[in-house]
Amino acid sequence: MADAIAIAFRQWRLERRMFWRNPTAAFFSFILPLLFLFLFGAIFSSDQKTLNIIVPGILAMSMMSTTFNALAMNVTFLREAGVLKRIHGTPMPPVSYVGGVAANAVSNAAVQVAIVVLAGKVFFGLGWPKDWLELVVFAVVGVASLAALGVAFSHVIPNFDAAPAYTNIVFLPVIFISGVFYDVDKAPQFLRDVARVLPLTHVIDGLSAAMVTGVGLSHHVGDLAVVAAWGLFGAFFAVRGFSWESRRS
Amino acid sequence: MSASAPAILVRDLHKTYGEFEAVRGIDFDVASGEVFGLLGPNGAGKTTTVEILEGYRSRTGGIVSVLGHDPGQRPRALRERVGIVLQSTGMYRHITPREALAHFARIYPRSRDVEEVIAIVGLQEKADTYARNLSGGQQRRLDLALALIGDPELIFLDEPTTGFDPAARRNAWEVIRSLQELGKTILLTTHYLDEAQALCDRVAIIKDGRIVAEGAPGELGEASTRYRVTWRSAGGEVQAREVEDPTALLHQLTSAALARGEPLQDLSVTRPSLEDVYLELTAETPEEAARG
Repeated sequence: MADAIAIAFRQWRLERRMFWRNPTAAFFSFILPLLFLFLFGAIFSSDQKTLNIIVPGILAMSMMSTTFNALAMNVTFLREAGVLKRIHGTPMPPVSYVGGVAANAVSNAAVQVAIVVLAGKVFFGLGWPKDWLELVVFAVVGVASLAALGVAFSHVIPNFDAAPAYTNIVFLPVIFISGVFYDVDKAPQFLRDVARVLPLTHVIDGLSAAMVTGVGLSHHVGDLAVVAAWGLFGAFFAVRGFSWESRRS
Repeated sequence: MSASAPAILVRDLHKTYGEFEAVRGIDFDVASGEVFGLLGPNGAGKTTTVEILEGYRSRTGGIVSVLGHDPGQRPRALRERVGIVLQSTGMYRHITPREALAHFARIYPRSRDVEEVIAIVGLQEKADTYARNLSGGQQRRLDLALALIGDPELIFLDEPTTGFDPAARRNAWEVIRSLQELGKTILLTTHYLDEAQALCDRVAIIKDGRIVAEGAPGELGEASTRYRVTWRSAGGEVQAREVEDPTALLHQLTSAALARGEPLQDLSVTRPSLEDVYLELTAETPEEAARG
């Protein structure tokens, strides 16, 4: 067990190094959400009410981009390139390997949370988060769920060329419907119904409460439950469907 | 496990994919320290067999033992003692051979020295180049280096020199011979007959999921009961004939030449080579060719 954790740690360190050496990947999953944050922040700089909606929304979007999108694409690449198959032939414990790869995505998400919270205070008039515990709980559960869903989703993607299309066909509708850029409660009923089912809506609700309104965790247990349920669903299929080889062979 | 127990034991191995029988009852042993070659055309079942032994595929039936373990159970204790070079595997694009070897070295209980392995495969010049900037041959050497880093007792090489230029192949052969001298057991698949002849102690020829011949590369030809006689006829053309007993034919040829008072040119009497045996055994029957 201690051994498996030590190996996972080394895998995580390697993944960090590989991540920063690949500037395109680093840009899409890391810089792009921050670019959005500063563009929207600038556009709505005089409208505090909108900023209060957009900043937690973009934080949730960053969390999804750095975990769900990044893992769906990364695992697809590793599988198709044959890296997973090679790893599978070594004594590397599978948990350590997948743990290391996922921890890399989670690290990126953690940095994003720190940057957005800081930007909210310094540039966008949100002040410091009202409920730090709630922020941490929603960030941790949200990131873990989205990471598991990302790995599970990689099983659906047929090959790496198709990965960006597959990822964005999920990512783009989800961020719009879940209310990253507007208040979901003002959307038409059918969209609100869809939004209620999606995990990101509930992540945004929780983050918004933690950062803006300060409504405590006890009022958001339902949101947390939905996010966690999605996480369990994702984890089940991430493990169940995990394939070390691309289907082509 | 006693020293004399085979490193690999395969009995009545079967593998079916849906309706298709890829492996139809294969038996062979590989002794400890032996270099064993699986030869056969594409689609004969070589890679399926090797991947079952490596633990990548489950088998449909039969008994398989690798270093005393069942590879189907994927025990970690087995993977610590085995090195695998697959036909095609990838690496992180932005990792250097030195980093990759140092990283993989840590997951084996007794790993070899990174610099030593880099020297064995001849990657000293490229040890700090990103994997994506290595040539195809250099990437293959990295594959081999990664298979050796855990100091394995048994090494699987699936078509290790496919796509190599002649000089690179000779180098790879030297590396494989040096591994054999270290007492490693090697199972390799190839469709190059010269490679099998140069490296293997024994080979098995696979066709349509069955072993059709097995033995030392030299003996496979010798086991044939026929001789191939070639000579240049009086008209100047090269003639060839295969006969069970060349005595009578040689007598005819030599006496005819003596009668003409001419030397008998380009006479040779040979056993069929491994290549002849291979081509004969793996040739498509007319029905198969018709089915295409």
